[in-house]
Amino acid sequence: MSFITGVGLTSFGLHEGRSTLDLMSEAASDALADAGLERDAIDGLLCGYSTTMPHLMLATVFAEHFGLQPSYAHAVQVGGATGLAMAMLAHELVEAGVAKHILVVAGENRLTGQARDSAMSTLAQVGHPEYEFPLGPTIPAYYGLLASRYMHEYGLTPADLAEFAVLMRKHAASHPGAQFRDEITVADVMASREIASPLKLLDCCPVSDGGAAFIVSRDPTNSHQVKIIGCGQAHMHQHISAMKDISASGAAISLGRASNKASVDVGQINYAAVYDSFTITLTMLLEELGLAKRGEAASRARNGDFGLTGVLPLNTHGGLLSYGHCGCGGAMAHLVETYLQMTRRAGVRQVKDASLALLHGDGGVMSSHVSMFLERVR
Amino acid sequence: MSVAVDLKDWTQGSASILYQSCGACRHVWYFRRVFCPSCGAVEPLTVQASGRGVVYSTTVVLRAATPETKSYAPYSMLLVDMDEGFRMMAHGDRGLVIGDKVVAHFKPFANGVLAPHFVKA
Repeated sequence: MSFITGVGLTSFGLHEGRSTLDLMSEAASDALADAGLERDAIDGLLCGYSTTMPHLMLATVFAEHFGLQPSYAHAVQVGGATGLAMAMLAHELVEAGVAKHILVVAGENRLTGQARDSAMSTLAQVGHPEYEFPLGPTIPAYYGLLASRYMHEYGLTPADLAEFAVLMRKHAASHPGAQFRDEITVADVMASREIASPLKLLDCCPVSDGGAAFIVSRDPTNSHQVKIIGCGQAHMHQHISAMKDISASGAAISLGRASNKASVDVGQINYAAVYDSFTITLTMLLEELGLAKRGEAASRARNGDFGLTGVLPLNTHGGLLSYGHCGCGGAMAHLVETYLQMTRRAGVRQVKDASLALLHGDGGVMSSHVSMFLERVR
Repeated sequence: MSVAVDLKDWTQGSASILYQSCGACRHVWYFRRVFCPSCGAVEPLTVQASGRGVVYSTTVVLRAATPETKSYAPYSMLLVDMDEGFRMMAHGDRGLVIGDKVVAHFKPFANGVLAPHFVKA
């Protein structure tokens, strides 16, 4: 058993002049304060990677910088799935008795710390170095290929995908930390310039500066009691050329493993936090996870089902698409928001009853999957 | 199908597409290895592909990532299900759609790459 005991999240967007360590430190400080813990209580540290600060030993570098001397520390990297993979690992480590309070932290000045082309080029290297990367694909191109095929199989249109850009922006509009807060329409998404067909600019998450942190503990540290009750992973391929079935990316397998651990059926949840690097990512994941029937996620969104007052509120902070995406910290913002919702501290975004939540992240090109159920004990 | 003689493909500057197959379990795959990723048997067969296949998916890259690739944009990228049973990424003519039968040609691309470029069969 393990509990989330504190969270920290910076605003995402422009943090001119601030480094990876600055952003990690701000988020970590906030998480400690939220948990009511001092630095010396932290005996485990997990951190993500930073493309602007590549290092063999980022966790140890951060520990020294921030003033921690943990008994367990290292970095983790599974692309966009890193944040949830770290949360899962922290949970397993706490359960195994390795540590009592594990700080999980990531941050990156991905927007201002490098040229935009450099970020795009680094990210595109999730493709195969010999068989894909030389052909000039970009991350949007990999997802454009997924989108064309998925839309073909289930009869979706670009306007369907656009619903999720609109929804995430609507949610972000009421979060002061979000990178993009001006509401948009389906027509706006359709009119935005094409990046890699059928994906347009507003189908793609932005590149952001930002940081996020949370603490996973053996015992609660305050009156909030949110438990990690089961996690699962699946890794079925790395490269899109080697992906066998567009309808079985590994998300459902990962979810099944988490469901078994948690003894929970996905139909029971009342809050969802799902990785949304592109509108197609969110569409495919919602449908493979069974949160919408095949081909119906967009119409569910149009119907308001995933809004603040809908039957299944989704990414109420605005997700990667509008809160922003700073690398490993991107999906950690989903967990921070979920925790705030579950502890009834989401302010104007507060939903009625977030007592049982599913989080799902993916990395690469739907390559690495992590699923996790959180339950509010009281 | 024919067993490749020079064992070079487009990734090494040769106008050809190679794939591999396993003598033990009959598995077929694209990325070259010295063993079968399905059963682990060693010494898989490296074979020259016919260059024929069916378009599995398409995208047109309008925003390229590097200075070298930008001058080629927009360019059309494909995933093609090859007749021999493996899937590959490639370039192709604009306007190809999912399900089109295609055949591989080769065209120079950025950084001296000789890219497989599919056209309608």
